[in-house]
Amino acid sequence: MFPKLLIALAIGITTTTLHAADARTDIRIATPWEISGSDPATDGFIFLRMGVMETLVSTDANGTLQPGLALSWQAAEDGLSWRFTLRKATFHDGSVLSSGDVAEALTRAADNPGPLNDAPISQISADGDDVIVTLDSPYGILPAVLTHSSTVIPASTSADETGESLNLIGTGPFKVDSLSVPQSMTTSRYEDYWGEPAKLSGASYLAVKRAETRALMAESGDADMVHTLDPSGYRRLGDVDSVQVQSVAIPRVMLLKMNAAHPLLDTPTARRALSLAIDREGIAAGIMRAPESAATQLFPPALQQWYDKTLPALQYSPEKASEMLASLGWTPGEDGILVREGERFSLTLRTFPDRPELPLVGAALQDQWRQIGIELEVSVSNFSEIPAGHQDGTLAVALYARNYASTVDPTGAVQSDFGVGGGDWGAMNWQAPEVAEAVSTIAASAESKERHELIRQVITQIHEDLPVAPVVWYQHTVATAKGLQGVVVDPLERTYGLQALSWSE
Amino acid sequence: MSAILQMSSARLVQALLVVLVIGLASFAMMQALPGDSAYRIAAGRYGYDVMDAQVAEAVRLELGLDQPVLQQMGRWLTQLATLDLGRSLVSGQPVWQEISGQLGASLLLACSAIVMSLLIAIPVGVLSGLNPGGKMDRLSMALSVSVRSIPAFALAVVLMLLLAVQFKLLPVAGYGEIRHLVLPSLALALSLAAVSNRVLRDIVVEAVASPWFQFSRTKGLSQAATVRRHVARNVAAPLVAYVGVQLALLIEGVVIIESVFSWPGIGHALVHAIFERDVPMVQGAALTLGLLFVALNFGVDLLCKLIDPRDRVAAS
Repeated sequence: MFPKLLIALAIGITTTTLHAADARTDIRIATPWEISGSDPATDGFIFLRMGVMETLVSTDANGTLQPGLALSWQAAEDGLSWRFTLRKATFHDGSVLSSGDVAEALTRAADNPGPLNDAPISQISADGDDVIVTLDSPYGILPAVLTHSSTVIPASTSADETGESLNLIGTGPFKVDSLSVPQSMTTSRYEDYWGEPAKLSGASYLAVKRAETRALMAESGDADMVHTLDPSGYRRLGDVDSVQVQSVAIPRVMLLKMNAAHPLLDTPTARRALSLAIDREGIAAGIMRAPESAATQLFPPALQQWYDKTLPALQYSPEKASEMLASLGWTPGEDGILVREGERFSLTLRTFPDRPELPLVGAALQDQWRQIGIELEVSVSNFSEIPAGHQDGTLAVALYARNYASTVDPTGAVQSDFGVGGGDWGAMNWQAPEVAEAVSTIAASAESKERHELIRQVITQIHEDLPVAPVVWYQHTVATAKGLQGVVVDPLERTYGLQALSWSE
Repeated sequence: MSAILQMSSARLVQALLVVLVIGLASFAMMQALPGDSAYRIAAGRYGYDVMDAQVAEAVRLELGLDQPVLQQMGRWLTQLATLDLGRSLVSGQPVWQEISGQLGASLLLACSAIVMSLLIAIPVGVLSGLNPGGKMDRLSMALSVSVRSIPAFALAVVLMLLLAVQFKLLPVAGYGEIRHLVLPSLALALSLAAVSNRVLRDIVVEAVASPWFQFSRTKGLSQAATVRRHVARNVAAPLVAYVGVQLALLIEGVVIIESVFSWPGIGHALVHAIFERDVPMVQGAALTLGLLFVALNFGVDLLCKLIDPRDRVAAS
């Protein structure tokens, strides 16, 4: 009798809290990303996603450029300068957004790490109400680069003499009420927002590193929106009535980088054989729990221009892989590992645990490659070991996740990954000057007629030569409370869409 | 009084030694770790979507990481002499500013865990000790063994599932309100109490078997009055000393519990700083934890002296 009474009491308390929750006007968000400070270069993505700060250029969910703080933009005839016309907006402290604020913020962004740092910029200046960006060479993807979170515009009063960011005054629909580094932030609606004011009265942000904890927060109702669930949490939350889970394909790809100068990997045949021995569907279904996420080519369909549906899908065929390796002179040794002239087919794969699925996929690859006679040692360490190994040439293979749409247009990332000399997060020792040349032409002009043909040429050659082999395309997972209306998961991970959210009656 | 002075000066010397040893050792250990620290710091600052070799080189130049190791070490020591812990290499904020906030959060959690563990351990331990082999004793033994054999991480998740998800009595994680403190404290307190209630039980059993206990009962005092007047003080001294021993366990537990509950404490910060090769933060956090340990031990010593009058009586 007594336990029953207790349960009834608990249910009573629960339902009362739920009814109380219906009247709420704010939202609680939990994500894995800690706040390290207020510098746009390191934390701009959080302030952009939370609607605190904004960029000059914005995007819709399809990745089409939209006016942000700039109403319009125009390149000069020679492509060597761009003029951005600002909209009328005010910062959270009431001061008016000026071209001076923008020029100062963008100059700082160009000096700090980020995609603007890679652009051929000679000067950013204010001209009346406009901002002029002067370039050393044409750079057609500049507006796309200005959608990146490191280019958000804080008020100039936000920086001290040394340029260090001090406070968090932006122009977005929400203003920061409190910030407690590294865990939490609370915001409230900014009534004088230039666009339609938000429906919610405010939002709180909590960085929760552990995926298990985040999933439990969604289940208990402690968080109304939880980003990035681990596969088991995602499945479990699917059965919880008060929670809605969504999984959205995003332009992030899990890649296998192969050192094309490594004696075991220096022919396209060897790299193709390794790729053929990867059971992508098995990994997608078993580890990612999203069978549709198995990669058939490098770029996912979400990157419309860079996805070519006529390309033959990457196959899984250990038999064919073995035949190809045999054609290169590899024969099984006593313990089943391939040998050639006394050398064992033994490789070390570098990966990191920040994304919990990476070491698991590393272990799966170890097993799958062993079946064709390849010995793979998996080294799980800090992710900086991958660029470090690229630079000093010690890297053989690496497994990581690459975001190809941090600036909406993947051209910038493709240029740093497959341009001259390859890139830390892309090709290594891969000799393909025609690809590098094609990519720089694509970057120079966003609207040329040959662009489409050049993109086709680049993706075809990567697909055939496999300097990097895609494994799976990522799904971004989000759990939201059922009563929340207007939830749109942004595949570009630029925004949480707080402005359009409201609670149902 | 002179005994206390003597004890204080000994602890002060100990504290200075701790500062020097921890500072040098953590610096040396961070230098000995494999991997390029400029890459690690850049990784900690910018994340894997932005960080690359170019960014790492910029960081190396900015922080002077290409300077000789001894020069870097010397700079830290001179800074320390002026009580300056330097700035975090990752966030750029003064180390002391970051640590002071985190220290408050960790101390709050640790103190609340100790109080909660005593609230559990004292009644359970005393009741079990007064009736060894009884139902209470056997039940507390079984519970203690099972709680202690569950890792802190798993215990925390079980508590979350039960109290936060199932009964929705408390929030799963977070920081800022009293109710956020309950679950992490309870997770720590249960681990601590699982051992301390057994220790207390043994002390009580010993006390009950002692001649003075028998004497006080024979002269007509009730069991409750005997416990209150005589057992309490006799048991308190060894219990306080044992809680002192548990502090080391507590500091270790705080690191795990903080990360499970997203508690913005010093343990959590230390783990991050090590991953990110943030040497000043590692030194600062390790120093603070070391000094805290010295201070708490000093507190335990003082408390034991206060509880146990025998030295004072002997001196006078």
